[in-house]
Amino acid sequence: MNNPVLNVKSVSKDFGGIRALDEADLVVNDKEIVALIGPNGAGKTTFFNCITGIYTPTSGDVLIDPGAKGDALRINGKKPNIVTELGMARTFQNIRLFPSMTALENVMIGMHCRTKSAVWGAISRNKATRAEERAVVERSYELLKLVGLDEFVNELSSNMPYGKQRRLEIARALATDPFLLLLDEPAAGMNPQETLELEELINQIRELFQISIMLIEHDMKMVMSMSDRIYVLEYGRMIAEGTPQEIANNPAVIKAYLGEDDDA
Amino acid sequence: MEYFLELLLGGLTRGSIYALIALGYTMVYGIIELINFAHGEIYMIGAFTGLIVAGLLTMLGFPGASILAIALVCAIVWAAAYGYTIEKIAYKPLRGAPRLSPLISAIGMSIFLQNYVMLSQTSDFLPFPELIPEFEFLKANNSIMSSSELVIVIVTILSCVGLSLFIKFTKLGKAMRATAQNRTMAMLVGINVDMVISATFIIGSSLAAVGGVLIASHVGQINYYIGFIAGIKAFTAAVLGGIGSIPGAMLGALVLGLTEAFATGYVSSDYEDVFAFCLLVLILIFRPAGIMGKEKTQKV
Amino acid sequence: MSILTQESSQQSFLSAFLTAGCDSVAHALRKSFLAAIWFVFLTFPIMVIRVNTIENTVVWRWENMAYIAISIFFGSYIWRWLLARKEIKKDESKEETRFEGLLTQVQTKPVLKYAALGVIALIAIAFPQVVDLYQTNIMVSCLVYVVLGLGLNIVVGLAGLLDLGYVAFYAVGAYAYALCNMHWGLGFWYALPLGAVLGTLLGVLLGFPVLRLRGDYLAIVTLGFGEIIRLVLENWGEVTMGPSGISRIDRPEFFNMKMSIVDSTTYMYYIMIGLVIFTIFFVNRLQNSRIGRAWLALREDEIACQAMGIDKMKTKLLAFALGATWAGMAGVVFAAKTSFINPASFTFWESAIILSIVVIGGMGSIRGVIAGAIILVLLPEYLRDFAEFRMLLFGAIMVLVMVFRPQGLISAKRKIYKYEASNTASAGNE
Repeated sequence: MNNPVLNVKSVSKDFGGIRALDEADLVVNDKEIVALIGPNGAGKTTFFNCITGIYTPTSGDVLIDPGAKGDALRINGKKPNIVTELGMARTFQNIRLFPSMTALENVMIGMHCRTKSAVWGAISRNKATRAEERAVVERSYELLKLVGLDEFVNELSSNMPYGKQRRLEIARALATDPFLLLLDEPAAGMNPQETLELEELINQIRELFQISIMLIEHDMKMVMSMSDRIYVLEYGRMIAEGTPQEIANNPAVIKAYLGEDDDA
Repeated sequence: MEYFLELLLGGLTRGSIYALIALGYTMVYGIIELINFAHGEIYMIGAFTGLIVAGLLTMLGFPGASILAIALVCAIVWAAAYGYTIEKIAYKPLRGAPRLSPLISAIGMSIFLQNYVMLSQTSDFLPFPELIPEFEFLKANNSIMSSSELVIVIVTILSCVGLSLFIKFTKLGKAMRATAQNRTMAMLVGINVDMVISATFIIGSSLAAVGGVLIASHVGQINYYIGFIAGIKAFTAAVLGGIGSIPGAMLGALVLGLTEAFATGYVSSDYEDVFAFCLLVLILIFRPAGIMGKEKTQKV
Repeated sequence: MSILTQESSQQSFLSAFLTAGCDSVAHALRKSFLAAIWFVFLTFPIMVIRVNTIENTVVWRWENMAYIAISIFFGSYIWRWLLARKEIKKDESKEETRFEGLLTQVQTKPVLKYAALGVIALIAIAFPQVVDLYQTNIMVSCLVYVVLGLGLNIVVGLAGLLDLGYVAFYAVGAYAYALCNMHWGLGFWYALPLGAVLGTLLGVLLGFPVLRLRGDYLAIVTLGFGEIIRLVLENWGEVTMGPSGISRIDRPEFFNMKMSIVDSTTYMYYIMIGLVIFTIFFVNRLQNSRIGRAWLALREDEIACQAMGIDKMKTKLLAFALGATWAGMAGVVFAAKTSFINPASFTFWESAIILSIVVIGGMGSIRGVIAGAIILVLLPEYLRDFAEFRMLLFGAIMVLVMVFRPQGLISAKRKIYKYEASNTASAGNE
């Protein structure tokens, strides 16, 4: 039996009187690519923020099970850094890199929670620390190479082209060694060629690291071709769930996208 | 009971003065999200200008009431001019810089102004002439409240009400509220943001100057250092009420004034300032949004 | 502005200067003239009139008006020219100045580097032998400020936390030594680690509740804490001796030897040199480590940082506590050096001076902070006539630095991790 790695049970989030998320359910299985779509303002990013600890859900449960072993852990209200340590890493819709650090250093930051050297190590520069630092640099370089950024390795992240910055964010998230990678609109602002390459990269990441991936995306072509399952969010409610085929033929989804004047 | 009443009235007077200064902090913070460290110094400069003008007029033999009026007007004019100039020099070039930069610049400005007044005037305490005449009806009533206290409380109430009405109903007031909510949007709908910010500094500084002259006349002496402590306390009041909120600043100032008055009256007068600082620390830790402020959610 | 850019590159320096930020020289002249008038008006009551309300006399100082007018007329030229220059050079702001370039060159060439280090070491060792007691004493105070500046630099420069109550930890170190020495005769060498530990403890204790606050609130709360500590020292007379302070604190001993004032000052000097070297070593290694990286990332984007698994609270607390550790040690040294302390030494001004050393020297830059301490502490000592203008200038320079050169005198030079085929290489180790 395949246990879900992420199980979100009727999560709601209120801002003042506004209900941004209304009893949303979602399941991500091991090594699955799941897409979350919906019109602008439907609450997709709020959903991400709720499961990564940036917001605490008003009600409901967020359960994770890193090894898909069947012993789920409730993570509501845990801090973002703890959630990342537990193995869920994310990227941001409006890129949030560290602008005055190089691409390499950005990825190195991702490895912070997987390394240990503290004050004493920093001062004495003992063998363990030196080995750790070397490993961090090497691993970071490998990740950069994987996402195709090896030519930018020593470039300040703020000087990189937009599409490359999105890739760098993915590399940085991968550096935290996640079991589930959460991508918030990874293809936003990319041209069709870049989008295609990104799709390839995401598939490659799943194969290589054997992890699950969840993404918010507006590019329907990409979503349809790569996702195993799709969830549709509208006004904070999950209105549909299913394979790309099922979603494409779901009347509620068609209404959400075409029936009203929301742009997708 | 008598003692309690005395403390209560003392607290009200204190609170009123803090309110006059706190309004400036709150308005500036509301609009450019900066703690204007130099605001306490504006209050001090207002008091000094008042002292200089009042001293001159006394020597020239002006009658009592006109001295107060002229000194007050001069203090307001010059304090507003200082407020306006400080914004242009120390804050305007730093819009868009990292948050720490204008704050450090503000601290630098505060240090500069204190020393500027100390060097060009004096580092000693200067006696301040009593400008507010004694009212007959208060004397008759066993003098629970001195006339200067009464004037301070009334002026504060009038200023606060006036300011609230101004913000609510005038065109400039509306522009201020719009700028406070979203500067870029305000600019896009044609509000002259630079002008609004300048106006905010001018109004805030004027109120501080009024506070400066009144309290100096009440206490009877001033020196270059009075702005520092008063500034921090007024800031505490602003935070207590919820920074950015005008009624909040008034409420916070009253709470702080009364707390101080009762704490010094019943506990110990040695630790007068410690109570204010402790209150500040506790509020910021347990309720950073203040009594009337709203918790902001961060955009991600 | 773009027109200006093109023009000024062709025009001579003088005409670029004269029209700074304006269309024509006439326009610029008018602007400066108006600025001068405005400031004459602005400073009129405070600068010109001095009233004595007791003797009912007035002193008119009209000459000040002329000084103001002239200096503002030219000053506003420089101001506008610098603003225009800043606008033009926006993209090149990362470039090093000539002086910084020279420093980098010295540091990257081993021969020059060791030669420079050798010269500095020689001067440092010979200093107390060559000069008199007075000079050595001043140098010791200067070195205390270097340590304080480097300590505050961890908090403000590296972690980006504005701490306005730094002096609280300094006071705790000083009083810890003074009291322990007075009651139990505790020696300097035991007090030094004690001061460090107390500083760290207090740093953690204070940092824990306040570090959740946003930057500007943090500044105010720390300021409040600093003042609370000072007021307690002043008013808790039974323990702290109140405003009169504690005197006759022992100077450091050298194997129980009694030393003359001159010898013990010299000894103190060498202790400080040692402490400074230790501090530089410590801060340098720290900023080029995993923790230093996390501090930098935290300064740039807190949310992204947390999302990458960095514990915000722990990381900030570490910086705050380490900064406090150094202040605690510096406090012990200060008490031992002056052998007399009272609460007046630990006012907000002290925090302001240390902060201006860090800000003016260059936030996050070890070389900058050292240069800042030397300039800000030594210059007023030697230019006695200007001593009273010291804080006035500090304040003004803080504003000017923030507006025109936010990176400070000598900008921070951080280790950049570079990947080269085989191994890590690092450039710009300070």
